Formats: sequence, C-alpha cells, structure tokens
Amino acid sequence: MAAQPLTLIYYSSASGNTQRFVERLGGEALRIPISPSDPLPEIIRPYVLICPTYADGEGRGAVPKQVIRFLNDPDRRALIKGVIATGNRNFGATYALSGRIIADKCNVPLLYSFELAGTETDISRVRAGLITLGGTLCSTAT
Amino acid sequence: MKDTAPTVIPRAINWNRLDDEKDLEVWNRLTVNFWLPEKVPLSNDIPSWATLTDHEKQLTIRVFTGLTLLDTIQNTVGAPALMPDAITPHEEAVLTNIAFMEAVHARSYSSIFSTLCSTKEIDEAFRWSEENPHLQAKAKAILDTYAPGNDPLKRKIASVFLESFLFYSGFYLPMYWSSRAKLTNTADLIRLIIRDEAVHGYYVGYKFQRGYEQLDEARQQELKDYAFGLMFELYGIENQYTEELYDEIGLTEDVKVFLHYNANKALQNLGFEALFPPEVSEVNPAILAALSPDSENHDFFSGSGSSYVIGKAVATEDDDWDF
Repeated sequence: MAAQPLTLIYYSSASGNTQRFVERLGGEALRIPISPSDPLPEIIRPYVLICPTYADGEGRGAVPKQVIRFLNDPDRRALIKGVIATGNRNFGATYALSGRIIADKCNVPLLYSFELAGTETDISRVRAGLITLGGTLCSTAT
Repeated sequence: MKDTAPTVIPRAINWNRLDDEKDLEVWNRLTVNFWLPEKVPLSNDIPSWATLTDHEKQLTIRVFTGLTLLDTIQNTVGAPALMPDAITPHEEAVLTNIAFMEAVHARSYSSIFSTLCSTKEIDEAFRWSEENPHLQAKAKAILDTYAPGNDPLKRKIASVFLESFLFYSGFYLPMYWSSRAKLTNTADLIRLIIRDEAVHGYYVGYKFQRGYEQLDEARQQELKDYAFGLMFELYGIENQYTEELYDEIGLTEDVKVFLHYNANKALQNLGFEALFPPEVSEVNPAILAALSPDSENHDFFSGSGSSYVIGKAVATEDDDWDF
C-alpha cells in the first residue's frame, strides 16, 4: 500500500524550541499560532502533530491551550495520525506528558519524544520515521 | 512643597496588563510548584545513609555543599543582578520568586545535612567548599559576569549556564544514588530543585532571546562568541571539579557525559545549537530514569526505545476537552 502523504503540524511558544526543531528537520510544516485571535492552519491531509509540554508539578496544563483549541475541531482531529511530544526530563514524571495525553485522547500513537529543540539524533530519527510513515519530508529533506 | 522632579515615576504593577504573556505563564508555574524541604521525609534516608562508605558520605556532603554555594550565589547575587535589566515589571516580580526559591534550595541542603550528618562533617564540608579551587573558580567566573555595569545579556548567559549546566556535576550524584535505591527521599527533594532550575533556565534563556533578536548581526555574533567562550571556560573547570570529586568512586566518565548533555540543553535555552555531538552526550539510561521516573522514552519509529503508547479509545465530547 502506498504511504499516505503526511503534513507536519506543530505548536511552538515564544521560546521557539519546537520551531527550531522543525526548521532543522526541513520540509513543509504548518504552525498552530500562539495568539488565539490568529486563524488556525487549514488541514486537508493526514498529519503528525509536534507538541511541547507545559505541565506544572501535578501535570496540569500539559497541553498548550492553542493545541486544545486546534484538536477540539472534530474534522481536524479526524486527520491526526500520530503525535511527537517535546519536553524537558528535568520536569520528572511529567516529561513530554502532552504527547501521552494527546495520544490517549485521539487514540493515535505517541511516535517519539525529545527534549527542548532536539538533538541531531532526534532530527535523524524523526526524519527517517516520518518518511517511513509517508511524510512530505521526502521531497525536501536531503 | 515642590519635590525635585523624579526621572522615573514609581509604578504599581498591573498583572491585568501584560507586555509579555510569558511572565504570567512562568509566574503561575513557579507559584504552583512552590515547595519547602519540610514536605520531604528526609529522615527516612537515615538507614540508607548508614550503608554508604565514609568516602561516599564525604563525597555526597561535598557535592551538596558545592550545590549550596551555587544556590547561595543565585539567591543573593544572580537573580537580584537580573532585576535592573528587566524589561517588564512582571519580569522583576518573577525574578523575586526565583531569588526566593534559590534561598529555599540553599536551605534544603542544610536540612539534608542536619538529618544525616554530624556537625563535624558539615563544618568540614563547608570549609572544603571555601578552599576547593575548582568550585571557587566557577563561582568567580559567574560572579565576574554578574558584576554591576556588565552587559545585561551576558549576565543572562551566565545565569542560564549556572541554572542549566553548573549544577549538574552535583545533581548527578543523588540521581546515581537513587538509581541504586539509595537516599531516595533526598533524591525526591533534589528533583524538586531540578524542576525549579529548569523553569529558571528556560525563563532567563527566553528573556535572553527576546533581547538578542533585537540586535544587529555583529552584536549577535559577539554575544554568541561570548556564550560559547564562557561555556568552554566553565566546562574546563567542571571537568577538573568532576575528576577531583568522582575519580575515586570511578564515575568521572559517566558524569562527564551528563555534563555534555546538560551543556547542550543550556545552550538550547539560549536559542543556540548544541556544542557536544550525540556520541558523547548519551547519558546513562539509569540516570535518565532517575531524573524522570515513570516517563519512558518513546520511539515508535524505530521500534526501539522503552515503549510506545497507543491511546486507548477515549470517548470524547467535542465540547468537553478537559485536558
């Protein structure tokens, strides 16, 4: 079976870690805006979501509000194929928690997790993984 | 009566008007995460402490004294030094929280000491911290940068390096003990400190990036060179500090990998790329597991890694996404 073309959707707060990861990854990616007044990206194809974690010590608030808003739409939610979560191991048990919550809520696999803006190893693993899944990255990544 | 006209009008802080949403986000995170050492049952570690050799005890006390020094610097000099450079009043308020939590951290080590150690051992370790050339060298390198009149963005670089890098030669040891089921309550307390320092490094690094992006290319290059230069200097000191502390117990190489990993994360907090390549930054999995218990690494793509999660079908109402 031919792999489905996948889009990459991501959220990155003003600190920009996920943004930097996506830039280094290469390929096309759409950003969920920081401001609630900006329009959300239009989704027409299956996608993988990259999402940071902002949990407090109890795990509350792990998924950014704008990502919740994005996933609240059933049409958008229907096209999610998997989630990649970011975080910081220094937050202990809540490391990359947003990915586990979204995987649970949307019934999709948590594909991968990495810290902050990711390492070279993370970049190559995610790049290879997305290509295997049929990502849009194959046309632009070198 | 006429006052001499003040150049700056004293202003009350209005949290309902934010210039930077990140200030409120971080304020909320820090205040929700507030803790005190009394909440950790450190005395449960007394039997475990008794199983350590004399050398292991001395090493642990010294490591914690070194960490106390760094927290003391952040509490009394570091965080206050960042306040005059704050762009928003809310940033100043966040820095007061950071300063106070550093005092809580510094105070916590003394709680550990009074629970586990004799007065003689404690006094010996504090004397050691004043005489150890490597510990003093790293304190001095940071304090020089914090000195009045210095570049505000260089101060932020130093602060992030302290919060996100310099602590880790010390944090390694309680994580190591925890991975061997020793001093587990002490490790719980240290994890609370690590969690706070992660927010501090993230926030100060974020503020650094906001200032950095305003600069022209030449100034940006100067700051980046400064950051990598300071990292090299601190890394050199940390190597010697690590060897002196950990050679006898045979952990030096493992600690150095942990240093590389954390140096890379500190640079990422500033928005810079990693310095150490992956092959020298792969931390011992037992230490990573001690750092973030119950949170496994997921690599669905390669089928390796510890596990992956497929969500169980969760009945979801569209208007009820209560994450």
